[in-house]
Amino acid sequence: MSAWLEIKDLHAKVGDKPILNGLSLTINAGETHVIMGPNGSGKSTLSNVLCGNPHYEVTGGSVEFKGQNLLEMSVEERARAGIFLAFQSPTELPGVSMSTFMKYALNARRKAAGEKELDAVSFMKRIKIRAQALDITDEMLKRPVNVGFSGGEKKRLEIFQMAVLEPDFCILDEMDSGMDVDAVKVAGSGVQIMRSPERSFLVISHNTKFLREQIKPDHVHILALGQVVAEGGAELMDEIDRNGFAGFLKEAVA
Amino acid sequence: MTQEKLSAQDAVSDTYHYGFETQVSAETAPKGLNEDIIRFISAKKKEPEWLLEFRLKAYRHWLTMKEPKWAKVAYPPIDYQDIYYYAAPTSATTPKSLDEVDPELLKTYDKLGVPLHEREVLAGVAVDAVFDSVSVATTFREKLARQGIIFCSISEAVQNHPDLVKKYLGSVVPYTDNFFACLNSAVFTDGTFVYIPKGVRCPMELSTYFRINAKKSGQFERTMIIADDNSYVSYLEGCTAPQRDENQLHAAIVEIIVMNDAEVKYSTVQNWYPGDKDGKGGIYNFVTKRGLCKGVNAKLSWTQVETGSAVTWKYPSCVLMGDNSRGEFYSVAITNNYQQADTGTKMIHLGKNTSSTIVSKGISAGKSQNTYRGLVKMGKAADNARNFSQCDSLLIGNQCGAHTLPYMVGGNPTASIEHEATTSKISDEQLFYCRQRGLSAEEAVSLIVNGFCKDVMQKLPMEFAVEATRLVAVTLEGSVG
Repeated sequence: MSAWLEIKDLHAKVGDKPILNGLSLTINAGETHVIMGPNGSGKSTLSNVLCGNPHYEVTGGSVEFKGQNLLEMSVEERARAGIFLAFQSPTELPGVSMSTFMKYALNARRKAAGEKELDAVSFMKRIKIRAQALDITDEMLKRPVNVGFSGGEKKRLEIFQMAVLEPDFCILDEMDSGMDVDAVKVAGSGVQIMRSPERSFLVISHNTKFLREQIKPDHVHILALGQVVAEGGAELMDEIDRNGFAGFLKEAVA
Repeated sequence: MTQEKLSAQDAVSDTYHYGFETQVSAETAPKGLNEDIIRFISAKKKEPEWLLEFRLKAYRHWLTMKEPKWAKVAYPPIDYQDIYYYAAPTSATTPKSLDEVDPELLKTYDKLGVPLHEREVLAGVAVDAVFDSVSVATTFREKLARQGIIFCSISEAVQNHPDLVKKYLGSVVPYTDNFFACLNSAVFTDGTFVYIPKGVRCPMELSTYFRINAKKSGQFERTMIIADDNSYVSYLEGCTAPQRDENQLHAAIVEIIVMNDAEVKYSTVQNWYPGDKDGKGGIYNFVTKRGLCKGVNAKLSWTQVETGSAVTWKYPSCVLMGDNSRGEFYSVAITNNYQQADTGTKMIHLGKNTSSTIVSKGISAGKSQNTYRGLVKMGKAADNARNFSQCDSLLIGNQCGAHTLPYMVGGNPTASIEHEATTSKISDEQLFYCRQRGLSAEEAVSLIVNGFCKDVMQKLPMEFAVEATRLVAVTLEGSVG
């Protein structure tokens, strides 16, 4: 097993406020990792920093993705290299249909790789199969991206985009929030279908039930004050169910 | 070559007071404007006396007018005596091959996917055989003539269909209308003439692209379209690749007459030279476009995509005179760098049950200023007339401006006017979201902008829409860091 993503001593801030304070984490090919932690511990900052959101400033440390220095790459270069973020609150793109959006996204990748644009038939085939698996109707694909959808539908559409773009490294940020039970199941099965020895997942969530039933992680990390304060297997979730994050927080302060 | 031309012009100026009609063997009149120049133009075009009179009346009226200053555009004063009013002032600098053409222009053609042989024509390269367009145009015209459709240059129409021209010239845009329209009426050189006879549905989109005489008639162009009872025509103006054009001032007129139950659809994609990144150069586009829905149930639809020119001053309008007549205006105006656009429409409701729809999408980037200016007027007799207007502005960056100036005049208590307006900005979140999916910042902007103007783009004929979409991307290049 080779290291897919290697984060070493990562420091980052928003404005003047340091959020990540020496975070280290290694994820190998094919693994599914979970990050848990109290609000403000830096979970969403980590996902944004990994994707290169210009709103966040990296002040120290290193991130390697498949041997490349991720921090030197632009947002789109990282995306094309295989990093995907399923957003916690996906933004609206009025007037842009989901199918047009996916066509642009696929062709931008192909163009960067020096390949020809996808023809209409192959494109439609690619999105239709994945839409069906996630209960996404043609009508939803024609509607503007994230405009007028319920919270659950938006999340399902994030998973749909992930399925279409077939990234190597998927970050799911609070995917279960705002979803009803059935929607969570559909999304969870979408993630399960996509698991492969060539694809890793980093899942951010508070919901241990969702994580146990739908994600089935290999590794769990507890984040507090911008650092990883505990690591282990699925059993760490039992500890959280019993005692919350209080015990881990003490460690971080100490 | 250049020397020769110059001396020819000098000679013309020198011998000017001797009456240059006989002296000028070239196709160029000297710079400046006076009655003799107008007589020269008219004589060159072998025009009938009535048309010369029309021009002279317009010229004399123009002398009494002042250049309008109410538009939200700023430009240095225009010296009307420093302009050539006949023939091409560009002829002295016509490039001999694509090697002599501005590489920036060639790059743009490349991005738009313009075929090589067309690039030469567009860039103004002196080519003998204009690929297929001449033969294509001839074939078209024969086919159209069999249905009684007249599609020719306005100069030809003056010679071959003088009654029609005389009847309608200035009937929608009188020469007294405004400063630039008046100037055009005095000096217009050429343009397109279209007549669709009763009951005929024009079987193809008519386009200036296929017109033989289109070349270099651009500066003071005059277009007339007459759709007789129960006829239909869709007309496409301009070409979607940027034309090399050194005429700084453009003042065109378009007049459209729509009779009973007839329909005219007029689509424009305008992408003249907008000036460079620092706002140097570029075309001033002062156009008067107006259609008269003269008959009952007449319908006129304007669709425009404005991406070019340094200054645009343009308000395609509908005079809804016939009962139940309908006017539409769909517009996308994009400005970048230092471009200024003041554009919109006028919907003048005169007849009963007339209706109009206005959809305007303004996109401003760079340091540009983009103004929507529109008038909706309900006349006294316009019972149950209706208007719906939607004006949306999109800002890219924080150094540009968007302005919406709707004027509404209600003169009839049963008429209704609805106006909706929004202003939005491309947000950092939207850019990050798109880039996270692999789009470059520029691809993201073009995607979002095309989504923003989709309602209007859908109104364009298919082949135009595809190129207009690409044009949006080219226009907004460099608008995000």
